[in-house]
Amino acid sequence: MIRTHTVFAVVMALPQLSRSITGLLVETSSIVHQRTFSVSAVAAAIQKMTRVRVVDNSSLGNTPYHRAPRVIHVYTKNGVGKVGDRVLLAIKGQKKKALIVGHKMPGERMSPRFDSNNVVLIEDNGNPTGTRIKVPLPTHLRTMEGDYSKVLAIASSFV
Amino acid sequence: MAACVSVLDKCMFSLRLLRNLQLQNERLLSTSVCRPAPGNNSEQPPKFTPPSKPVIIDKTQTAASLRQFLSPEFIPPRQRTDPFKFSIERKDMIRRRKVLNIPEFYVGSILAVTMADPNANGKTNRFVGICIQRGGKGLGATFVLRNIIDNQGVEICYELYSPRIQKIEVLKLEKRLDDNLMYLRDALPEYSTVDPDMKPVPFSPTGEVPVNKMKVKMRPKPWSKRWERPKFNIQGIRFDLSLTPEQMEHAQKWAQPWQEYDMLKEYDTSKLEEQLLSEVQQEMSK
Repeated sequence: MIRTHTVFAVVMALPQLSRSITGLLVETSSIVHQRTFSVSAVAAAIQKMTRVRVVDNSSLGNTPYHRAPRVIHVYTKNGVGKVGDRVLLAIKGQKKKALIVGHKMPGERMSPRFDSNNVVLIEDNGNPTGTRIKVPLPTHLRTMEGDYSKVLAIASSFV
Repeated sequence: MAACVSVLDKCMFSLRLLRNLQLQNERLLSTSVCRPAPGNNSEQPPKFTPPSKPVIIDKTQTAASLRQFLSPEFIPPRQRTDPFKFSIERKDMIRRRKVLNIPEFYVGSILAVTMADPNANGKTNRFVGICIQRGGKGLGATFVLRNIIDNQGVEICYELYSPRIQKIEVLKLEKRLDDNLMYLRDALPEYSTVDPDMKPVPFSPTGEVPVNKMKVKMRPKPWSKRWERPKFNIQGIRFDLSLTPEQMEHAQKWAQPWQEYDMLKEYDTSKLEEQLLSEVQQEMSK
């Protein structure tokens, strides 16, 4: 019984292995490389199910996991999150609140647009979980000095 | 009374003496400054005032040989609006240009923009980047600067005529093979990184603008747009490294070769440009 189970497991593992081997081979050759999931173009700013990038140095944000952190709720009237809005993330199987500090969608004319949707992990009272933010933050975050002053304090540079 | 008068006389006499002495000193001083070698040892050497910098009038560069550049936002689009609207807009643009010097730059040049920001340190915000796009006509003309800071790509779309802009400097003036460098978002990050403390590279106001013929290496596909398709007409990407010849041929399926023969899409701006250039130069020199 156990033998058949192990054989079954090996048989299941083999195609995965072959896929990963071909993936490695394709990566080393510089010509063609296809991702195995589809990626749609930039639609709107942060909404439910967007994958985000955690930019502080907290352990929760930086330890690797087989699923990227995703937004599961946006705390605004419409479900769209811009810079300075709170969201709820699903990271490593847990729920965590976060603050949006930059998105790919172009916004106001003189404000910066980032190449990735950046997010800083936060507690319920607004205190950041990490201790440093290396990535530049937009300057108009400084208008919310009251709520997120600690997040602004750990930021290293502003754009 | 007599004593006061005599005292006054003495005062006047001493004053006159002093004045004469002063005059003599001034005369002496003036001659000593004029002569390169100091002649008087009796006085203290005059304080060294460096000679004023000579104004170089370069007679080899005539006005005719200077490169004439008309900023693309002056050229009105082909629309059914009254040309009067464009002429008043041009007046306002020239008024702003008299206050702020907007230099000549192209897509692919490296610029540094200082803008007023109430939320930044010292109320100003300086951003250095490569210009990837120039859009808009008239007062709403914009340009997008891109740079990579701390491994994070940042783009800012600046309005040329916004009163928040305090200074625009061209650090490196050059053109690229394309008018639109949006593909730099999908290229390797080394092509979009610009050093924020870069020193300005001197460029001559005469002659042709240097064209940087570099071809950019891209990240693996998928890209944000299908840059290989002929509608973008991009010359500045090394497609041979990212795509097979079969894929390039497949992209040519979306070619629209009849568009270059479409007469209704023709918009010849050469005469308009000459007229506008002379008008703008006249107004700027007033």
